[in-house]
Amino acid sequence: MELIVIGLNHKTAPIHIRERLAFSEEKIGEALLQVQALPSIRENMILSTCNRVEVYATVRATEEAFRDLKDFFSRFHHLPLAEFDKALYSHTGEEAVRHIFRVASSLDSMVVGEPQILGQIKEAYEIATQWKTSGLILHRLLHKAFHVAKRVRSETKIASSAVSVSSVAVDLAKKIFETLQKRTVLVIGAGEMAELAAQHLVSGGIERVLVTNRTYERALLLAQRFNGEAIPFDQMTLGLRQTDIVVSATNSPGYLLLRDQVAKVMKERKQQPLFLIDIADPRDIDPSVDDLENVYLYNIDHLQRIANENMKDRQKEAAKAEALVSEEVAKFVTWYRSLDVTPTIVALRKKFEAIRQKELKKTLALHPELSEKEKASLEAMTTAIINKILHEPITLLKKANGDQASDFYLDALQTLFRLTETKPDESEKEIFKETSQSNGSL
Amino acid sequence: MNVLFFKIATLLYLLATLGYLVYIINLKIAFSRWATILVIGGFGTHTLAFFLRYVEAGYPPVTNLYESLSFFAWMIVGVLLVSQLRYHVKVLGAFLTPIALILMLFALALPKEILPLAPVLRSFWHPFHVFFAFLGNASFSLAFCCGILYLVQEHRLKTKKVGALTQRLPSLKTLDDLNYQSLTVGFPLLTLGIITGAIWAEYAWGRYWDWDPKETWSLITWFLYAALLHQRLTVGWRGRKAAIMAIVGFGAILFTFLGVNLVLPGLHTYSTWRQ
Repeated sequence: MELIVIGLNHKTAPIHIRERLAFSEEKIGEALLQVQALPSIRENMILSTCNRVEVYATVRATEEAFRDLKDFFSRFHHLPLAEFDKALYSHTGEEAVRHIFRVASSLDSMVVGEPQILGQIKEAYEIATQWKTSGLILHRLLHKAFHVAKRVRSETKIASSAVSVSSVAVDLAKKIFETLQKRTVLVIGAGEMAELAAQHLVSGGIERVLVTNRTYERALLLAQRFNGEAIPFDQMTLGLRQTDIVVSATNSPGYLLLRDQVAKVMKERKQQPLFLIDIADPRDIDPSVDDLENVYLYNIDHLQRIANENMKDRQKEAAKAEALVSEEVAKFVTWYRSLDVTPTIVALRKKFEAIRQKELKKTLALHPELSEKEKASLEAMTTAIINKILHEPITLLKKANGDQASDFYLDALQTLFRLTETKPDESEKEIFKETSQSNGSL
Repeated sequence: MNVLFFKIATLLYLLATLGYLVYIINLKIAFSRWATILVIGGFGTHTLAFFLRYVEAGYPPVTNLYESLSFFAWMIVGVLLVSQLRYHVKVLGAFLTPIALILMLFALALPKEILPLAPVLRSFWHPFHVFFAFLGNASFSLAFCCGILYLVQEHRLKTKKVGALTQRLPSLKTLDDLNYQSLTVGFPLLTLGIITGAIWAEYAWGRYWDWDPKETWSLITWFLYAALLHQRLTVGWRGRKAAIMAIVGFGAILFTFLGVNLVLPGLHTYSTWRQ
């Protein structure tokens, strides 16, 4: 029995290959069942996002399983193996465990630290559970992965700062206004950039959108999209008086907002703070506007620089996260290695034999009058009891060897008789809590 | 007994200050939580110390420099705790607790015996005068802290150096709001403090106003804050200007409270080192 992962991601395959190999929501159940039907597979789960396609599985024979899975990819997607074989990576055992822990903690993501991937893995796991293709090992593996991701998020600062221009802008706005609720944004320009920026601020909580543009009709169109209001271009000052944030993204060759104009507006606004975001190239807002009190002017370069700095911090934090992952991998592997039939049987016999000898010694010490013959028959009787007790479980274990059922037997034996010296998992309680939560959200 | 509790309170404020310092350096929430618990514990002990002394002395213990420093610190921590109920600005504790601690340590060095009350202090109005004045001063301390934090945060936003510190400091709006709120609370209290002081003066010395240095300086402080409030409401002196004024105003308060006592002689001399 071995744990494996095979797949491709944004680093190994271009988008057109990833698209061809992705599993759509409707087809994923069918795919899970097809993989499960392969003779080499014991359990499986498919993770398919726009950045990665991966199959996690426990298998009976590793080489055979990799071969089967490659064939499956090719057959299911009608794509010759040669076209994507080079993009595939595969890991077994400890490395497979490390892989999923890293993926779940967003250490393997395109933008390190972005949390969406965790939700996607949770979803993939829930689907595998619904189709009953995941068993004890994947169950434990996935819950461990969620636990690791949670630790990484709370113990490192990997996701604490914004790394995209628009999220940096939203963060800054919150540092000025505390919250975006009940705030107004004035969008100057009606192009794609303007629309994107407005979109981000609206999803950040902005309540009111004003749009102004040289062509009034286009302003009207964009305003409608956000249930906002359009303002004629020559009445821009009117908008400036009412707004808290300005996003400017026009193709104007010169400055649209000049210092004196903003200074005048600030007086009329009784110095209510104004956050100006200039994402136009060339600039729309005169940089000297920034000298005015209670005005905060950021252009696209400022935002980009902050995003880059945050990204560097994130990478530093990623190193801490890797150490944490290693720690958890070691813990998981100890447990997972214990799920092996032969050593478990040996350990079980040893444990029983030790108990027998200890108790026998006590009894013999209490009864020195016993003859050698009587002692021998006591010895034989206790051995027989143990053999009788162990006979059925051991037969069953040997028979179930390799089946999913044997995982449960082995895990139960390990736990009930404390066969390995590993401590009971401290995250167990949390796992149950998380399970009930994720069930609730289904 | 009351002095023992006073010392315990000082110790708790000291530990809380250390907790907040560690929090500021490593930004682990657990430290600020512990510090807050210590501050609450310190405030409880401090409250006990105050009332014990009240019972032992038989009059409100706000009659000498030791007592008034302790009272001032007590009010500051009280204002801090109340502000924490409304605004979850953890970092404020990191600034107000040390201020309270310094006042406590200062008081610790002063004579603490309970003496018979000087006849001039034996007045119905005196405790009110002290209470209003110090609660007002405590509110202004909060405004002062918000002012400093505002200037730091504003500087970082203006120079576009937004790092971990910016993320942990409150937003400009929160700081400005808190500044304004503490002014609107502090100003009427200061006004009441001056009025009750004048009434008491009428009973004690036979006139409402005597232009002794303390009175003059309170009036200067009052005008400073009045000007700030007026400018804020009419032409929008918010943000940076309001922050600077809150800092200047607090300087005037410190001078009125301590500087005048130590430097300039006058009617309020009973609250100096000498008894």
